[in-house]
Amino acid sequence: MRLQLSPEDQAFREEMREFFTTQVPERIRSKVIAREELSKEEWVESQQVLNAAGLAVPGWPVEWGGKDWTQLQRHIWHEEMQLAGVPQPLAFNASMVGPVIANFGSQEIKERFLAKTANLDIWWAQGFSEPDAGSDLASLRTTAIREGDEYVVNGQKTWTTLGQYGDWIFMLVRTDPKAEKKQQGISFLLIDMTTPGVTVRPIQLIDGGFEVNEVFFENVRVPVENLVGEENKGWTYAKFLLGNERVGIAQVGASKRNLATAKERAKERGLLERYAGRIVGLENELLALETTALRVAAHSDAGKPHPASSVLKIKGSQLTQAVSELLMDIEGPAALTSRDARVFLNNRKVSIYGGSNEVQRTIIAGTILGL
Amino acid sequence: MDFTIDSEQRDLVAAVRGLVTKVYDSSETRRAATNAEPGFTAWERLAEMGVLSLPFEATPAEVSLVAEELGKVIAPDPFVESIVLAGGLIEAVGSDEQKEEYLDAIAGGEILPVFAWAEPGRDWAADAASVTFSDGTLSGTKASVIHAERADLLVVSAATDAGTGLFLVTEGYTAETERTHDGSRAATVTFDGTPAVPLGAGGDESAAIARALDLARIAYGHEALGAMQVALDTTVGYLKTRKQFGVTLNTFQALNFRAADLYVSLELARSVITWATVVAADENSSDADIAAAASQSALQVNRAGRHIALDAIQLHGGIGMTAEYSVGHYASRIIAIGQLVGDEAFHTDRLAATLTEHDVLDPIG
Ligand SMILES: Cc1cc2nc3c(=O)[nH]c(=O)nc-3n(C[C@H](O)[C@H](O)[C@H](O)COP(=O)(O)OP(=O)(O)OC[C@H]3O[C@@H](n4cnc5c(N)ncnc54)[C@H](O)[C@@H]3O)c2cc1C
Repeated sequence: MRLQLSPEDQAFREEMREFFTTQVPERIRSKVIAREELSKEEWVESQQVLNAAGLAVPGWPVEWGGKDWTQLQRHIWHEEMQLAGVPQPLAFNASMVGPVIANFGSQEIKERFLAKTANLDIWWAQGFSEPDAGSDLASLRTTAIREGDEYVVNGQKTWTTLGQYGDWIFMLVRTDPKAEKKQQGISFLLIDMTTPGVTVRPIQLIDGGFEVNEVFFENVRVPVENLVGEENKGWTYAKFLLGNERVGIAQVGASKRNLATAKERAKERGLLERYAGRIVGLENELLALETTALRVAAHSDAGKPHPASSVLKIKGSQLTQAVSELLMDIEGPAALTSRDARVFLNNRKVSIYGGSNEVQRTIIAGTILGL
Repeated sequence: MDFTIDSEQRDLVAAVRGLVTKVYDSSETRRAATNAEPGFTAWERLAEMGVLSLPFEATPAEVSLVAEELGKVIAPDPFVESIVLAGGLIEAVGSDEQKEEYLDAIAGGEILPVFAWAEPGRDWAADAASVTFSDGTLSGTKASVIHAERADLLVVSAATDAGTGLFLVTEGYTAETERTHDGSRAATVTFDGTPAVPLGAGGDESAAIARALDLARIAYGHEALGAMQVALDTTVGYLKTRKQFGVTLNTFQALNFRAADLYVSLELARSVITWATVVAADENSSDADIAAAASQSALQVNRAGRHIALDAIQLHGGIGMTAEYSVGHYASRIIAIGQLVGDEAFHTDRLAATLTEHDVLDPIG
């Protein structure tokens, strides 16, 4: 057992801190810290600064821009990035489609996409959920029927986050409608969103914003070389992706930073005593989350999330919500018109997506407790 | 930061587990032990194995690993009370002669010391107020002192002109013993002109007392953790076998989800409690670092502990309420540990006092 970072890891942490706080533009970071929405250009600019320094996709295989880091170093990278208010590399690119292509794609498809994905030259959208396929994702119905060298895609995706910025969308589609089990017959297909027949329609959320969309596909013709891996093996790739997504939702560093903001505000308003109990309780729970993240990281094999990562998803999402609730409460009546109340409402999403917290409980009860 | 344990530590765990699961091989055996005097039966064998000298020879990591194994069988032996806390104080504060006189005998199981510190009507404050020392004698009352009646040696905190000092007492006091809800014994100890000798130089020992209490809290955390683990395992096992409506209980998602929530609480608590031990074991940690870590650990003991203890009973139904079945005893012990380390409000206050000294809390040294 050891508490101190080794001198190398300490140096690594300082290097990360120095980079994030000096190289990523302050105007972008201060927006993140104020919990404001970023424009597409700001997302791209920030990710390109990271990528130029080789810091956008450390989890990828080294030959595609990844880093040969320890799990602890990866944790430090993530934590320092969030503490500094650096927007995380776009999850759809960096933690979802990129690793799937790198692990399961052909050499040709890797060369076509990976570099541009790391650099956010392509903005990816995630086309998994459908109106009737949410938690029960495998019941999805969007079809891709092979005709010569093309698939013809018909159906609808929904909840597509930032689909309005999307250049490409990675999709789960049904390529074998006759497969015995619903998990079979699903493929992982990449679609250029400018292809004729693709329509994006915004959905307004309770915070007033437009971050999700419906995406309709009407006889969309997609070249077969846009298939990732093997036909009808898409469910395997999707499970790999969802496991990674789960781990990413914990957002320890961001919650810590937001809690520090809450403490600062309570102090400024002379309300520290009133809120001290809640702040102490949340610091304790964030400590539990972070030390659990460190424990889980230390025991996960490359690329395969530890089963206890469901603990991180559940608690991480709850703490994101609880900290934003505190920020809102400290504002008092001013919360009626504040940004923080909208962020609080918006954060209801984190216990719904990435496998809802009920789905995570099912995973814990089934795969860990054997119930 | 690194939570892994080495092969020597693994061997220690295996040896202690082997011993205590043999001595307390069932809930019945343990209950029989707590109902007879003095209320525990593994002490001599723990001494033979060298476990009782660990706090004087090894690091807090080994101490915590042992405490966790004791917690898994809710062994009633006062390892934390007598060895970590009372023995720890003699080691930290005692003169060379006192250490020579007592430490080997304590480690060998020949002398059982306890620390009398809490006072009636007060919370978990480390200073003494109502017990006072003057002219070589102690006066006043301490409660609740675990195993005071069985103890051969009392270490007593008492108010002096110089602050709170520590004193050794072997006779001349009364102990009114009651059973605690977790099967142990606690006494109200009254001193009235009781002859006492200072432990160590006889000055203000507030800092040493606070540190010893915090190290004990961290060890208690592991005892609670071991008990929480078994309470959950027992509950999960029960859900898989108990039948109602013609099916096993794990057919009902509402119950499985509650078990999943207990697992979440357990794993998060495990991380903080283990982290606290890592802080205690780190030579660069200050007393303030250890105090903060002890409070963080105590918060988890209280919150996660109650969550797991109480839902373990609920998910068992009526059988969970019985003295015959194990799970209620685990619940009782987990709650008792919360009462020994200090409750949620106490530790929240302690942590609130230093809240503005950091912006974010960083667990890594
Ligand atoms: C803001 C936001 C952004 C999103 N972004 C994307 C995106 O970019 N791309 C994408 O593909 N998807 C996205 N999603 C979709 C998200 O993954 C789904 O909302 C999620 O999988 C839940 O599906 P559902 O909404 O259909 O709810 P349902 O599955 O209908 O669930 C309704 C309720 O029932 C519970 N429930 C369902 N099944 C069970 C069960 N077996 N046992 C117990 N409880 C159960 C759920 O937990 C939930 O509480 C996003 C969602 C939101 C809210």
